[in-house]
Amino acid sequence: MPARGAGGNINSTQETAEAMKLLVPVKRVVDYNVKVRVKADGTGVETANVKMSMNPFDEIAVEEAVRLKEKGAATEIIAVSAGPTACQEQIRTALAMGADRGILIEHDGILEPLAVAKLLKAVIAKESPDLVILGKQAIDDDMNATGQMLAALLGWPQGTYASKVEPADGGIKVTREVDGGLERLQLKLPAIVTTDLRLNEPRYASLPNIMKARKKPIETLKPADLGVDVSPRLTVLKVEEPPKRQAGKKVGSVQELVEKLRNEAKVI
Amino acid sequence: MAVLVLADHDGSAVTQPTRSAVAAASKLGDVTVLVLGPRAAAESATKVAGVAKVLHTEDALYTNGLAEPLAALLVSMASEYSHLLAPASAAGKNVMPRVAALLDVQVISDIAGVVDADTFVRPIYAGNALATVKSADPKKVITVRAASFDPAAAEGGSAAVEAAPKGEDPGLSSFLGAEIVKSERPELTAAKIVISGGRAMGSSENFHIIESVADKLGAAVGASRAAVDAGYAPNDHQVGQTGKIVAPELYIAVGISGAIQHLAGMKDSKVIVAINKDEEAPIFSVADYGLVGDLFKVMPEFEAELAKK
Ligand SMILES: Cc1cc2nc3c(=O)[nH]c(=O)nc-3n(C[C@H](O)[C@H](O)[C@H](O)COP(=O)(O)OP(=O)(O)OC[C@H]3O[C@@H](n4cnc5c(N)ncnc54)[C@H](O)[C@@H]3O)c2cc1C
Ligand SMILES: Nc1ncnc2c1ncn2[C@@H]1O[C@H](COP(=O)(O)O)[C@@H](O)[C@H]1O
Repeated sequence: MPARGAGGNINSTQETAEAMKLLVPVKRVVDYNVKVRVKADGTGVETANVKMSMNPFDEIAVEEAVRLKEKGAATEIIAVSAGPTACQEQIRTALAMGADRGILIEHDGILEPLAVAKLLKAVIAKESPDLVILGKQAIDDDMNATGQMLAALLGWPQGTYASKVEPADGGIKVTREVDGGLERLQLKLPAIVTTDLRLNEPRYASLPNIMKARKKPIETLKPADLGVDVSPRLTVLKVEEPPKRQAGKKVGSVQELVEKLRNEAKVI
Repeated sequence: MAVLVLADHDGSAVTQPTRSAVAAASKLGDVTVLVLGPRAAAESATKVAGVAKVLHTEDALYTNGLAEPLAALLVSMASEYSHLLAPASAAGKNVMPRVAALLDVQVISDIAGVVDADTFVRPIYAGNALATVKSADPKKVITVRAASFDPAAAEGGSAAVEAAPKGEDPGLSSFLGAEIVKSERPELTAAKIVISGGRAMGSSENFHIIESVADKLGAAVGASRAAVDAGYAPNDHQVGQTGKIVAPELYIAVGISGAIQHLAGMKDSKVIVAINKDEEAPIFSVADYGLVGDLFKVMPEFEAELAKK
């Protein structure tokens, strides 16, 4: 493995010299099954009494990290979440899936991808992971940005929208889902990867593993401990419901459908 | 101050989503388009309505769109522009956040509207809400949802081509190869008609039913996540929150239930047709024309009916 940037590693034995330390950022989001409602006052969406979960792409990221560890390609997995105290639940889920320890960066209020990337950069300076695996997109803000922003701040390569990740030639080989198909990149380490849906199918944590996860450590930090200014750069002026689509009519036959498309909608 | 648009192209012309990004950029200032690739693609950009200048290089460093050198190039050019935009394609979404972080600004992803030079509308929560956000950053880095902006006309402009600056190579990654499927069909995000198949197709062989109707209609082919996950259709066919966003004149959903993540990618289509054997399927709640029936019976009939004039 090539020499690394921030921090460096002090691995002595042959085995660990080849294996990576992994960091997996996990975000607490409104569960993907919830149909969100816009607040009447237009300031945001209703999140009180709504089911919260780990961002689905982050489950895929945790799963990939655990598989790398099971294959012997990784030594340790650290799950990190930034947000309110309740993010502990998502860190516990990651621990139950197989992560070794957690870090909560406690903050109430909006955290934009740039701020999250700065917080993660500060954690990375302390932990010196070889590989950070994030989700490609959080399903609440739909930003699709944090991984790329973190890679930029660290000056690391990025392999976004990964459908395959393989340690290879002292770095990693990433297959990416792109417009038109797939492409393969070789990245030097340390590196950033973001997950796409087809990378793997995340496991459910077993009950014994959920019990074991309760004993795994979670460290709590504040943005100020990391010296990071997390002030948002975007002000949300309003949040509205998109125009509602009306259900149309049922047609009785294929003939009627084609007739309507030709003569009523005039789209074919 | 001028605004910069990073173009996607197919080797000979800039893409329609790029022309949508030009349309969004035109509301912000004089548009310069950056084209990395063959001269023909740069020539096509000069003709796009509203483009004031085209910057072009064939430098092999950018041939494969690696994010690290591309972001370095854009950052080196950024001082001349108030806004840097790209279509919210896989390429644009990959590089623009990297550019933004290097400039210490928050990227504004996937905008669906321009209010003023600082204020933009963007969908959140799978398009279930629209947020109007005002950026306090001195420079804006933006990706543009093509389906929300009528593309600038491909003809009518007469911009000059100048050489793009030479950028650094951070040397962090290398391109190994790609499996890109070249299709004769129109591109999903540019097509006037899209027909998509879901899990109900059952196999990749059966998916040909969709393709053959697509060919009758001159349509692009899409798919639900379930159909892609099952291997019936390639990954880049996925329509939805985390796939492609489309808004064609006509969208036909075949054997697709209508999960919110799928609706997020197609509910702005002008006319929606749903074909599903379950009359309770949520897709019918957004469909202009719904046909309840077994697709394996309906689709051959549909194809035959289309053949009749
Ligand atoms: C993080 C995340 C991101 C996602 N992103 C996307 C995305 O971008 N795009 C997307 O599409 N999904 C996405 N999904 C998945 C989404 O939630 C649904 O699971 C998916 O859209 C379902 O696909 P489907 O409608 O093809 O399958 P199903 O929900 O299984 O529906 C199949 C439909 O076919 C009908 N049917 C069955 N047999 C027949 C027949 N013979 N004739 C006619 N009709 C028949 C059934 O009645 C049913 O309505 C995402 C999910 C998550 C968690
Ligand atoms: N507050 C957060 N805490 C931990 N990880 C986060 C947070 N926000 C974003 N991420 C990570 O960044 C990914 C992309 O998020 P986004 O850029 O917001 O779409 C997510 O899938 C997470 O892996």
